[in-house]
Amino acid sequence: MAESTHDIPTPKPMIEVENLTKLYGSQPAIRDVSFTVGRGEIVGFLGPNGAGKSTTMRILAGFLAATGGTVRVVGHDVADASREVRRCVGFMPENNPLHSDMRVREYLKFRARLKGLDRQTSRNRVDEVIEQFDLTDAARQMIGELSKGYRQRVGLADALVHEPAVIILDEPTIGLDPHQVRTVRQCIKQLAENHTVLISSHILPEVEVTCTKLMIFHEGRVVAANTPANLELKLGGQQRITVELEAEPDVLETAWEEMAEVEHHRITPAEGRYQRCRLTPRDGMDLRPEIAALARTRGWPLRELTRDRHTLEDIFVHITREDED
Amino acid sequence: MGPFITLTRRELAGHFLSFRGYVILAGVQFLLGLSLLLIVDVLNNQPFDLPITEKFPSTGLFWLVLLLVTPVITMRTFAREKSTGTFETLMTTPVSDLQVVLAKFSGAFGFYLLTFLPMAAFPFILKHYAAVFPEVDAGPVASTFLGIALLGSFFMALGCFASSLTRSQIVAAMVSFTLGTGIFMVGLLGEISPPTDTPLYAALKYISVLEHMKDFSSGIIDSRHIVFYLSLTAVFLFLTCQTIGSRRWK
Repeated sequence: MAESTHDIPTPKPMIEVENLTKLYGSQPAIRDVSFTVGRGEIVGFLGPNGAGKSTTMRILAGFLAATGGTVRVVGHDVADASREVRRCVGFMPENNPLHSDMRVREYLKFRARLKGLDRQTSRNRVDEVIEQFDLTDAARQMIGELSKGYRQRVGLADALVHEPAVIILDEPTIGLDPHQVRTVRQCIKQLAENHTVLISSHILPEVEVTCTKLMIFHEGRVVAANTPANLELKLGGQQRITVELEAEPDVLETAWEEMAEVEHHRITPAEGRYQRCRLTPRDGMDLRPEIAALARTRGWPLRELTRDRHTLEDIFVHITREDED
Repeated sequence: MGPFITLTRRELAGHFLSFRGYVILAGVQFLLGLSLLLIVDVLNNQPFDLPITEKFPSTGLFWLVLLLVTPVITMRTFAREKSTGTFETLMTTPVSDLQVVLAKFSGAFGFYLLTFLPMAAFPFILKHYAAVFPEVDAGPVASTFLGIALLGSFFMALGCFASSLTRSQIVAAMVSFTLGTGIFMVGLLGEISPPTDTPLYAALKYISVLEHMKDFSSGIIDSRHIVFYLSLTAVFLFLTCQTIGSRRWK
């Protein structure tokens, strides 16, 4: 079930994908995927490994050819004008492969020249991206000796060196520590001012904070595409609240039944004299203040009150169940 | 043209950035030096009236270089990029498959030629140390080098093709070694089988790399040989282009 994307304002489309299909042998990697991406959007591809995110990105970057369907990037057809497409796409593949036997500046200059910049322009652009990604200290170092965070920045600098209109980053933050993740995320956010950005991830919070639009891949299909806020709204019903209170189970039972906002509840004994209650609120409401107030008025000791953030797994369960209905 | 030069330079430089490049250089120099010793030895025992270059392929060490070293030079061209993943970053830049293949080939071929460069000094070394030594005849020396270059270009193209088939450098080296040795063996078969008038024997002689090298080293430049190697090089480079492009097949 592909969600309509009409509620998102899309200016002039930078990427248009229609009925994209890719078979590996007879095994479909992506099936009938269609979407458009407008200028200045940051789109997150979300899905488990093998859902078709990387294959879609490789086709968009002109590395693989599609089995069926059409792909246009900045108006150029990927099949007919592959080189024009590659000229306006900056691509960083999964695991960010780099030549470890080159120095940072040397590598970036080599890449800039390959991407068709002349000597003078490439020199200027390399200086700019080195500045932009804070690589000045590492410019003369061998890439093989760099830390993962630095390598990632070199990869980003390479993707950007020829000033592409579209930037495609496959799992840009995988394997980084939280601090580096934040730095990379900051870089990506800055990029969106002048570029259209596609990033992929299999971690929801990762793309949730950076992207203006999320596309969820499942078994080679786009099962949902919307803004993070809308997706959350849609999935609100799935959110649950966990409370641990010290009270008699039957008292709690009646209390939850009296609360109209609680759609479903389950009470299990926890260690001590506490009871662990799992509550499903109606329409994804946040019931935590009400529950806290209730515990205060009744004088129940309260030791935990949390709202479960839906995980990617929940989204899949939710969406694929809808599919089957 | 720009990306081609950039890539070729990178390919050539890549050989000098690793320990492997120097091992190859040292190994080839050792074998070539040994062949010089053997030639000197032959001259000491029974001086002959032919160009000394003629003795060069018959020492057998040249074939060792050609069969063993060319796979090691070419194995990294595509297989290494595929295994490290840089093949993907390379092929998503606006360069054509042909540019990439030609650049990889030129880089490997350039390195191959460089390994033979010190050999150019051999005639002068001989001349310097020999008691009686006539003028160095530039003709056979030049044609020997032409032969080395032509055979090399064929083996380099073969190696590039083998490397484009796989992501493992070892497999690439084994494939090109096997193919190269097979071709050498065909030539050897023509060498050891008794001469007959059958077309099969003529064909064996025609495709014999040993026969070709014998001609080149004795100063004969046969245009058939040149066409033979240039066209085979072109065929294997074409096949390499096809393998590289196969990822875009539907």
